[in-house]
Amino acid sequence: MTGLLDVRDFSVGFGSAQPVKGVSFTAAAGEMLAVVGESGSGKSLTALGLMGLLPRHAKTAGEILFDGRDLLKLREREMRSIRGHDIAMIFQEPMTSLNPVLTIGNQIVEVLRIHEKLSGKQARQRAIDLLDLVSIPEAAKRIDDYPHQLSGGMRQRVMIAIAVACNPRLLIADEATTALDVTIQAQVLQLLDRLRSQLNMAVILITHDLGIVAQWADRVVVMYAGRKIEQGLPDALFETPYHPYTQGLLAASPRLKADYHYRDGPLTEIRGSIVSATGEQGCSFRPRCPVARAACGQSVPALVAVSASREVACPYVPVLAERAHVASVGR
Amino acid sequence: MSLLSVDRLSTHYPAAAGTVRAVDDVSLEILEGETVALVGESGCGKSTLGKSLMRLVDPTSGRVTFKGHDVAAMSGKELQAIRQHIQMIFQDPFASLNPRQTIRSILTAPLAVHGIGDRKSRDAIAASMIAHVGLPSDSLDRYPHEFSGGQRQRIGIARALILQPELVICDEPVSALDLSIQAQILNLLVEMKTELSLSYLFISHDLSVVRYFADRVLVMYLGRIVESAPTARLWSDAKHPYTQALLAAVPDPSRRKQAAPITGDLPSPHNPPSGCRFHTRCPLATDICRSDDPAYRQMGSGHTVACHHAQ
Repeated sequence: MTGLLDVRDFSVGFGSAQPVKGVSFTAAAGEMLAVVGESGSGKSLTALGLMGLLPRHAKTAGEILFDGRDLLKLREREMRSIRGHDIAMIFQEPMTSLNPVLTIGNQIVEVLRIHEKLSGKQARQRAIDLLDLVSIPEAAKRIDDYPHQLSGGMRQRVMIAIAVACNPRLLIADEATTALDVTIQAQVLQLLDRLRSQLNMAVILITHDLGIVAQWADRVVVMYAGRKIEQGLPDALFETPYHPYTQGLLAASPRLKADYHYRDGPLTEIRGSIVSATGEQGCSFRPRCPVARAACGQSVPALVAVSASREVACPYVPVLAERAHVASVGR
Repeated sequence: MSLLSVDRLSTHYPAAAGTVRAVDDVSLEILEGETVALVGESGCGKSTLGKSLMRLVDPTSGRVTFKGHDVAAMSGKELQAIRQHIQMIFQDPFASLNPRQTIRSILTAPLAVHGIGDRKSRDAIAASMIAHVGLPSDSLDRYPHEFSGGQRQRIGIARALILQPELVICDEPVSALDLSIQAQILNLLVEMKTELSLSYLFISHDLSVVRYFADRVLVMYLGRIVESAPTARLWSDAKHPYTQALLAAVPDPSRRKQAAPITGDLPSPHNPPSGCRFHTRCPLATDICRSDDPAYRQMGSGHTVACHHAQ
């Protein structure tokens, strides 16, 4: 695998709190990597870390190797030439991430002229091409629109146009389709999928939506309370989840139990909430885990490679693999 | 038996760019003990419809009949009295609870407003409600910020149920919650429904949640209900092209990377398309769709659709 991005043991701390606790993962050019987790899992802070956008008082540790260079060691000036140029990001709320008093054309041109030597005219033409690329109809006309004149889906397309303006090699999409309606969501995901092969760009899809992950990702990282707890290919991961948290998530998802109705019985719950992980010793999932043992409270379980593409942070994997197998047969 | 029936209800908002016909000529019925889901994309009017039923916004025309009483024509005391029987649960558990009130005061306020019990008995009711929705017994003297999102939604549910309503309008009650918490809240709502013989109007854009939770589904598009059917039937045999597209757009692990089922955006509700409102995005649209508004047609038991071409 050509490792474009290699995150090694990355941590983020604020005072005594450590919301990201030693996360490692890689992403290759042209790959769509999904990072899933619920609020408080540390997925967004990890993304901000990649962009060098963490607040100044955040303490980071580990390495973020991008093309062999450790981004955590760069000065702000150097980071600025990478951000928006080599690594770009789109956010959940297209309305709050666009400037309401500038036309969308101006906002695309701004990025282009910061990173590339273009005349005003050239930049405008590039902006029109970019709007075309993200399938905004009548791009030459819409370029002078203000954000409020566009629908939510169109705004997210504009955000994507700004993000890919300088042909980044890595695009981070943080819950980028969460605020959109399902029919629009499908369109935007399809667009991201097309762009990553067209531009040979790695995409990190940060989401809590397992359906999206299963449908679009090449590889999946599952995070819980600041740690990576499982990683695998989507088919294998959804077929036989190993970690009790991943198992719980899949069981709790009405989406993945297509014909299940409330009259058939309750949904499987994961008891408690992620808040219970704060200040815990050992495995962060222990307070909610149905198979927790005394040993789980003593040390943080290490990630173990179960197969070439599969890692899981639970020492009871043989037991869990068996359970997962039984569950999938019973389904 | 019919609990709530809505007859040709319209709710229009005046706006600078022209009237917004948020709800336009909608009829529906909710039976006792039934969970009816109202689905559609943002801007389709589903929340306005929910609020119109409780008169949180005033409908422009039409009738809303709750157990034989016309809610749309009520005022003052009558309206207040009927609201004891129709309650609402909101999406955002962070925004819908007053941060400066204790849980005790949040829960006893509805009882006081409706003149139920004295101070002491209201406290007792609140305490038993707290236990009912699965919150710790020491919750009453705490403030909303001390609770997690899922717990706050439990407080919202307790507040809605404390008056022992018959109909509860749930407006996206689990959309803001994490998946692991969603299941807890859905299970709680089902439990409460059985225990207190509730009926629900469940407003949601999340079709997989609706598949699990609803007995019957109404699909709304630009202020109109375009299809209505029992849940399992809608999934197996959706007739309206919009419903079909909505169902196909739900991300599904078994359909890797399939093309988006419909293109284009929801047209503006200021100026909805002529004829069938879906014709601008519909793969089946013909001339008649551009000129004539389709009437409702029966497609089998309890299944109606408003489409010229549905078969």
